[in-house]
Amino acid sequence: MAAVAVVSSAGLLLSACSKADDGTEDTPKGAGVNAATKGVVNESTAKGGTVTYASSDAPESLDPGNMYYAYGFNFSRLYARPLMTFKPGAGEAGNELVPDLAESAGTPSDGGKTWTYKIRQGVKYEDGTAVTAKDVKYAVERSNFSRDVLSLGPNYFQQMLDDPDKYKGPYADKSDKGISSIETPDDHTIVFKLNKPFAEFDYLASMPQTAPVPKAKDTGVDYTKKVVSTGSYKFEKYDEGKQIVLTRNTEWDAKTDPLRKQYPDKIVVNLKVNKATIDKDVMSGDTMIDIQGTGVDAQTQAQVLKDEDQKANTDNASGGRLVYTAINTKVAPFDNVECRKAVEYAIDKVAVQTAMGGPIRGDIASTVLPTDVTGYEKADLYATPDSKGDVTKAKEHLKACGQEKGFKTSISARTDRQGEVDAATAVVEALKKVGIEADIKQYPSGKYFSDYAGVPAFNKKNDIGLIMMQWGSDWPTGYGFLQQIVHGKAIGQSGNTNLSELDDPAINKLLDDAIGNTDEAARTAAYTQVDQKVMEQAAIVPLTYFKVLLYRSPYATNLVSSSAFSGQYDYLNIGTTEKK
Amino acid sequence: MTAPIETTGAQTDARPEAVLEGVEAKKIEGRSLGQIAWTRFKRDKVAVAGGVIVVLLILTAALSRPLQSLLGLDPNAFNQDLIDPNTSLPKGDFGGMSWDHPLGVEPKFGRDILARILEGSWVSLVVAFGATLLSNAIGVVLGLVAGYYGGRVDTIVSRLMDTFLAFPLLLFAIAISATLQGGAFGLEGLPLHISVLIFVIGFFNWPYMGRIVRGQTLALREREFIDASRGMGAGGPYVLFKELLPNLVAPIIVYSTLLIPTNIIFEASLSFLGVGIQPPQASWGGMLNQAVDFFEVDPQYMIVPGLAIFITVLAFNLLGDGLRDALDPRSR
Repeated sequence: MAAVAVVSSAGLLLSACSKADDGTEDTPKGAGVNAATKGVVNESTAKGGTVTYASSDAPESLDPGNMYYAYGFNFSRLYARPLMTFKPGAGEAGNELVPDLAESAGTPSDGGKTWTYKIRQGVKYEDGTAVTAKDVKYAVERSNFSRDVLSLGPNYFQQMLDDPDKYKGPYADKSDKGISSIETPDDHTIVFKLNKPFAEFDYLASMPQTAPVPKAKDTGVDYTKKVVSTGSYKFEKYDEGKQIVLTRNTEWDAKTDPLRKQYPDKIVVNLKVNKATIDKDVMSGDTMIDIQGTGVDAQTQAQVLKDEDQKANTDNASGGRLVYTAINTKVAPFDNVECRKAVEYAIDKVAVQTAMGGPIRGDIASTVLPTDVTGYEKADLYATPDSKGDVTKAKEHLKACGQEKGFKTSISARTDRQGEVDAATAVVEALKKVGIEADIKQYPSGKYFSDYAGVPAFNKKNDIGLIMMQWGSDWPTGYGFLQQIVHGKAIGQSGNTNLSELDDPAINKLLDDAIGNTDEAARTAAYTQVDQKVMEQAAIVPLTYFKVLLYRSPYATNLVSSSAFSGQYDYLNIGTTEKK
Repeated sequence: MTAPIETTGAQTDARPEAVLEGVEAKKIEGRSLGQIAWTRFKRDKVAVAGGVIVVLLILTAALSRPLQSLLGLDPNAFNQDLIDPNTSLPKGDFGGMSWDHPLGVEPKFGRDILARILEGSWVSLVVAFGATLLSNAIGVVLGLVAGYYGGRVDTIVSRLMDTFLAFPLLLFAIAISATLQGGAFGLEGLPLHISVLIFVIGFFNWPYMGRIVRGQTLALREREFIDASRGMGAGGPYVLFKELLPNLVAPIIVYSTLLIPTNIIFEASLSFLGVGIQPPQASWGGMLNQAVDFFEVDPQYMIVPGLAIFITVLAFNLLGDGLRDALDPRSR
């Protein structure tokens, strides 16, 4: 024991010495746990320096009209200005929608079927030419109506714009007219005409697809190699699969832009870096941000949480995502609501949470809507002691379902998502206690929806009654979250995301009515009601409200972890106090 | 009918042995091929050690379930009270080693590692033996037929072997394991996963055995005893299985012993990739797969299944090498 004591005190002395020697050059102290989810960390207006990002992968495309990842939406705003965007803010404050390229939020008319935006005066491309409403129209056309060329992004505009002529997109239809339902009466006005009222159109206008693209410079799928910037930075170099370098856009004018600050001189993104290396680099300060924003890996988590100093540099952010088990209402015996309720009571959510990495990776959930999505209201319809499951109640419902002796079923999970397989393992263990034997079936995530769990016929054939799932919405409102997973119309023969195959007329009507209603409070109330009804139907077992653990570089400034981008730091105004 | 061959073998092969042991030349007895091989094998200490470990492993695997209940272990019981929820790691040093859990518990679920190693042992061995049996059965029959009949039959079987050898086996195994998960052979759950593994590993590995048997058969079929047998009116199947096969036992045994460790690794690889044994059933490959995420912070969890696979594979390889030396001294 004595020897140990000596060694450790020697260590203390050494570290004390080095601290004294280094003086002010020592690593800055962390701002505290979760500081960036509550406010701005390292707020600074200091200019200059290079902000470095790293990615374990390479983005499929940097083209604002051809991307779907949240980090892409986040990062693209540095060089592409959409009509609307999210204001950099900590936590749920990040969900605030503000005008970007537009002067103000859209003006609805015709009961929410027509949306008009005024475009700011004086916004220019990096080559000095002025941005016009036609460029915005063109950007929407190319990204939504040429799915054969640009296939990666969402296609909400295509679904919602009134399109009697079946417009084929700008690459197939070379006429200058374009789609008739987007009108540009002058260079600074753009009008969208929809096929039905849609009250949350501003959220669609916040997608990078509305960022202007000059028709003359568009090269289709290759536009990613030379995106013409409207934002505060422009491309200096894009070495595919290796590195992205952005420099200040000299044509960008702060007077036209209340959001962007243009702090660093340069922004560098290193691609295809090993994930463990990224974590180490972020901790040492060689890299400032892991651009994918999925948080540190399990090992780094274990190391960081053991060390109070390192822990003070972490943000445990929630990102509007829910981890859940969908109960397939069309696969026997789950066509009986009592059998579904038995599962709701049987699952030990604490075991699931621990298996997935503990409270750091998600809080225990009891509603369909995550806490940071509008419409969330605290509720726990199937409360069990400490959320650890209730065997007695589960068995009562099994009895009511006529399955007293239990039954066999299958549970699907994605092979390459270890957390999901682990959660399924914990679910299986809990179900075993009430007599339900569930067999885990793993499928690759790339084809999970197209070939396996997203194909109702496949589930029926293979007796897959329980489906592991994680869902985050494209925009942070109840409609954006719920429509795809509980609306009857969302059921598809392949690529289905309504995994419970829930088709409840009351739920469908609530959602349809809500989205046509321009009264925000009424919409929010409707979302809460839908949440309750889905839980009454026991179609979904909420497991955890997903969270990520981000390591905050002490050398990066203006860090806010925004709910709007799955808890990632808002990339718009990150600057740097460079490591000495 | 087999007697004359054995005598010939004994005469040619036994002589150097007899000279070696000529010191106590009092009673020189005729010894069978098996006896000679056994004498040689016993002298190879390394091979004997391998053999002993293999026997122990087989015993452990066979008695895995009784052993678990004897030790009061349950491979699937969660002990999450032993896990620190923030780090997912076992509380305490060396992966949560304690008297209750001598090899520690795994991260996240807190299941007992010893119990899972024991449980995984029978899975590994059943799959490896099953797959070896399957590929041997197919390989030996087709190899014999191809080698003995020659001509068009040989061409067809040989091309079939080439086709199978050209298969991107791992990719195919992944694909087929994923599709067969829905149910095959009228089975489901664990028996299904084990059968699928045996099928995937065994069915596509037969050409190796097939080629060896075919080659040996080609050499043997011109020998006098085959001519004699045919001359006395023996039919094809009789010659194949009563005359040729007994002469091929040595290479078959040797190759099988060397195939088993390959199959153990293959099973572990497939389980590692998530297409083999499905959780919560314990398997060595599955344990390794889980351990990768925690290698730096909980190395214990990776070392245990890693060692288990390493020792098993090494033991089978040593045994196989020893057997080859003993049964076929010319290959030395």
